[in-house]
Amino acid sequence: MIPASFDYHCPSTLQEAFALAQEYGENAKYLSGGHSLIPMMKLRLASPEHIIDIGRIDGLSYIKEEDGLLKIGALTTEADLEFSPLLQEKYPIITDAVKLIGDPSVRNKATLGGNLAHGDAANDHPAVMLALRAKIIAQGPNGSRSIDIDEFFQGFYTTELTQEEILTEIQIPAAGSGSGSAYHKIERKVGDYAASGVAVNISLANGVCQEIGIGLTNVNPQPLRASRSEDALRGKEVTDELIQEAAKMAGEDCKPTADLRGSVDYKRSITKELTKRMLNLAIERAKA
Amino acid sequence: MKKVTITINGESHTQEVEPRLLLVHFIRENLELTGTHIGCDTSHCGACTILLNDKSIKSCTMFAVQADGAEITTIEGLVTNGNLHPLQEGFKEEHGLQCGFCTPGMIMRSIDLLNHHPNPSEEEIRWGISSNLCRCTGYNNIVKAIQYAAKKMKEETTVEAAAN
Ligand SMILES: Cc1cc2nc3c(=O)[nH]c(=O)nc-3n(C[C@H](O)[C@H](O)[C@H](O)COP(=O)(O)OP(=O)(O)OC[C@H]3O[C@@H](n4cnc5c(N)ncnc54)[C@H](O)[C@@H]3O)c2cc1C
Ligand code: FES
Ligand code: FES
Repeated sequence: MIPASFDYHCPSTLQEAFALAQEYGENAKYLSGGHSLIPMMKLRLASPEHIIDIGRIDGLSYIKEEDGLLKIGALTTEADLEFSPLLQEKYPIITDAVKLIGDPSVRNKATLGGNLAHGDAANDHPAVMLALRAKIIAQGPNGSRSIDIDEFFQGFYTTELTQEEILTEIQIPAAGSGSGSAYHKIERKVGDYAASGVAVNISLANGVCQEIGIGLTNVNPQPLRASRSEDALRGKEVTDELIQEAAKMAGEDCKPTADLRGSVDYKRSITKELTKRMLNLAIERAKA
Repeated sequence: MKKVTITINGESHTQEVEPRLLLVHFIRENLELTGTHIGCDTSHCGACTILLNDKSIKSCTMFAVQADGAEITTIEGLVTNGNLHPLQEGFKEEHGLQCGFCTPGMIMRSIDLLNHHPNPSEEEIRWGISSNLCRCTGYNNIVKAIQYAAKKMKEETTVEAAAN
């Protein structure tokens, strides 16, 4: 399969990239790892006239804790995330998710920034970032802004980013003591998108839920926060009954569509079950 | 057209290419290195796997222009001084192939796998080659071939260390 012709630009700084995006407007697309965009171009679902390859801009690939935040550069690959000792130890929700994204060769190329900027509810990082209450740092010709993750996803393949903006960094409140997180998705086979996926991040003090984030993958037109389940847990002593109740709400509140991965009922029911399991796993990790 | 310089198997190649030229077509058609295969052409099967700066990637899901300045290894670059790479030997000895269509990709992927896990468990091998599909072998002998290579490579490093 051969994509339509395009002009290729390879800026080495963000400023050069913005200038190109301003010049070509609607006819241009940024390219990072290319593992969502190139398959779409090969199928001619996307035929941009100009590709602006931001993959060579220096200084956008890092994972660090700083000022009470975990900061991850947009060009950090899934493989970089997978093998990061910091994430394995303190942010297992990210490593859980990464291991289920694509396959090892896909992960060598795909980037975290691209995964979020693509705005696809089937991708796994959106739900993880909802659970972690991340902020998205976007830079553009007019400077930089911070976007709350709850404002970021605007619908089917649409995000809050403007045509010219580049997602440069993801910021996550640093994991404190008493916090635990987990992610799992049901997939038919390696490399498949989720039939449903659930991300949980919780912090506990004396068995009482202090902070809670629950994000759902691919069971809604856009990445979904399970707000009612979160509200049910926040400030309460976490019991098995409460976990059951919160899980039931997640199953009820999602809006999956029937497809090859299963019926609506099936997806609701695995969403409920996964929510229960991920709450239990996150709590177990919080206590460890 | 864009000018690219790509080092493949230690040899530098400079060519003018169309930006939409996929890396796998650059390798197979422009350089006539047909050991790298195209199976699905949709980023799933791994037949087109090569090493790009030592990492396994699917060359059907990358443009040649993105590889400008990179170092690439394909299956043709593995033999040294007439000796098979331990993975090539492993696939031969353990019957890790039948039709052989998936084999070049499987071997290139396994190099990256063994870089990360020099002593892989069976589970690490099976997850590690989950980017590559084989329609013939049922994978059991592929796992054995990779175990063979891991053992051989460990012996080779021990011998080298003893010699130094
Ligand atoms: C076989 C296969 C299986 C996969 N399985 C999964 C899976 O299970 N789960 C999952 O979550 N994903 C999966 N993916 C998708 C993969 O993770 C993508 O690579 C990822 O969604 C996009 O990242 P990228 O760097 O490749 O982005 P690209 O493909 O380069 O870009 C994607 C989109 O985002 C825009 N963009 C990219 N980076 C930026 C930026 N920094 N700022 C602004 N806009 C930007 C581009 O313009 C484009 O529209 C799979 C992909 C393949 C090929
Ligand atoms: S041909 Fe590239 S993954 Fe199948
Ligand atoms: S040996 Fe035939 S596809 Fe693997």
